[in-house]
Amino acid sequence: MIAHSVFFYIFSLIAIVSAVMVTVSKNTVHSVFFLILDFISISCLFIMIGAEFLGMIMLIVYVGAVAVLFLFVVMMLNVAEQKGQWFSSRWDGGTHIPVGLLVSLIIFFELIIVIGGWKYKPDLLNSLSINISKEVTNTRSIGNVLYTDYILLFQISGMILLVAMIGAIVLTYRERAGVKRQSYVKQISRERDEGVDLVEAERNKGVKIDA
Amino acid sequence: MDSYFSILFTEVYKILFLLVPVLVSVAMIVWLDRRVWAFVQKRRGPNVVGPFGLFQSLADALKYIFKEIIIPASSNKLVFVLAPVVTMTLALISWAVIPFDEGFVLADINVGILYLFAVSSLGVYGIIMGGWASNSKYPFLGAIRSAAQMVSYEVSIGVIIINVLLCVGSLNLSDIVMAQQNLWFVIPLFPMFVIFFISALAETNRPPFDLPEAEAELVAGYQTEYSGMMYAMFWLGEYANILLMCAMGAVLFLGGWLSPIDIFPFNVIPGPFWLIFKILFLFILFALVKATVPRYRYDQLMKLGWKIFLPFSLFYVVLTSSFLLYFDLLPGK
Repeated sequence: MIAHSVFFYIFSLIAIVSAVMVTVSKNTVHSVFFLILDFISISCLFIMIGAEFLGMIMLIVYVGAVAVLFLFVVMMLNVAEQKGQWFSSRWDGGTHIPVGLLVSLIIFFELIIVIGGWKYKPDLLNSLSINISKEVTNTRSIGNVLYTDYILLFQISGMILLVAMIGAIVLTYRERAGVKRQSYVKQISRERDEGVDLVEAERNKGVKIDA
Repeated sequence: MDSYFSILFTEVYKILFLLVPVLVSVAMIVWLDRRVWAFVQKRRGPNVVGPFGLFQSLADALKYIFKEIIIPASSNKLVFVLAPVVTMTLALISWAVIPFDEGFVLADINVGILYLFAVSSLGVYGIIMGGWASNSKYPFLGAIRSAAQMVSYEVSIGVIIINVLLCVGSLNLSDIVMAQQNLWFVIPLFPMFVIFFISALAETNRPPFDLPEAEAELVAGYQTEYSGMMYAMFWLGEYANILLMCAMGAVLFLGGWLSPIDIFPFNVIPGPFWLIFKILFLFILFALVKATVPRYRYDQLMKLGWKIFLPFSLFYVVLTSSFLLYFDLLPGK
């Protein structure tokens, strides 16, 4: 049990410190790396409470895919220089502090509501959570709930994601003129007759091709 | 506390018992790779150091150790040093869940295949970190290419894994092997095996998909600025990843430690040997592909991943699940 709590404190400490470092660090790419470290330690915490499926999905989706895109954007757009200006009023777009304060206030009140409910009614958590049996793996128990009771919500969220994806593609797609594309069918079905042209060249005149 | 430490020491002992053979075999398969490559091209390959040149990799490693490690002045030093360490660590920790025989596995976790998939999707960070921290054009371009390539091919590997899981009904790797006792999945899921093999080539940046380090365009891609032992760690991590992908293919499709036929001369050979044979078989296929196939163009690579492999493997998921449903073969009710 001691080892368990030692690991719990190690992972939570890493999670909190890296979460703070995400906002504090000057270099934007470092921020993303700290975000990744945060995701990893959170998924370690998930695994420690026995939610191994959630922990692994967290790693695959957030660290393996989402954070890679974050890194791409941050590396390509060179946000590094802007980040320093966000918190100083010298930037001509004004500061982001009011908006940031608003968002963090909202999150703070949400946290108070969640934790307050917990304090107010100590058996709330037990009554809400589904009984976890040791025999059934949690992949199976998630599947049992997700695809029976919550199938509609699950499908709707899938649809919303699909619409969002198509929307993003439509918004950013632009047809470019003059792009040469390779067509395998065209290449393979090319015959000698259309490929080779025999020309009777006149002496001292030359031949004009590509006419 | 005492019991905790005794558990810790036995675990460390077990981990060393696994890691040392893995590292030695990584060195050996580098030699094997070069030999196979040479034989295809009618050359001799490394044959000087030791019998048949077996110790060539050790000699190379020694050379790398004594070379100077150069850290570029304008690089981001911490990330630059961390990148090969990340690559190497991620390549090694995934071996924890590979089952070598029934019960002969370091960590027999319920979500083994997800763990493998998660760790292999983390592998991209070693490359991005290396490419970005070098603060130079070629490594950065190589890293971006490689990241895009690995993320794309991971998607199709994930869908292929779903195909296998539909037939097994469990995410545990030992269960996956035991489900193949009657029929290896390579037979009913043969198209998936082929796609898995090609995606594994792309995932490990092997030829014909070695665009991240295409020497004609990008010098050496993300590892251009690396030297000495740090370069060697990238290189070891890469080969450990290749070996891991072969092990994953052997476990998912070729029946892991199971012998091909359960009759006398075959079932005497212990399970781990069968797994090693299968890994070697897949690895020799990898080496033969490297020796024979020309490099893909980048747009062809992306087209293959997103427009051919992904729709086809998704279609196969529908096919497999409807087949299992229709004939009432769905496992694990």
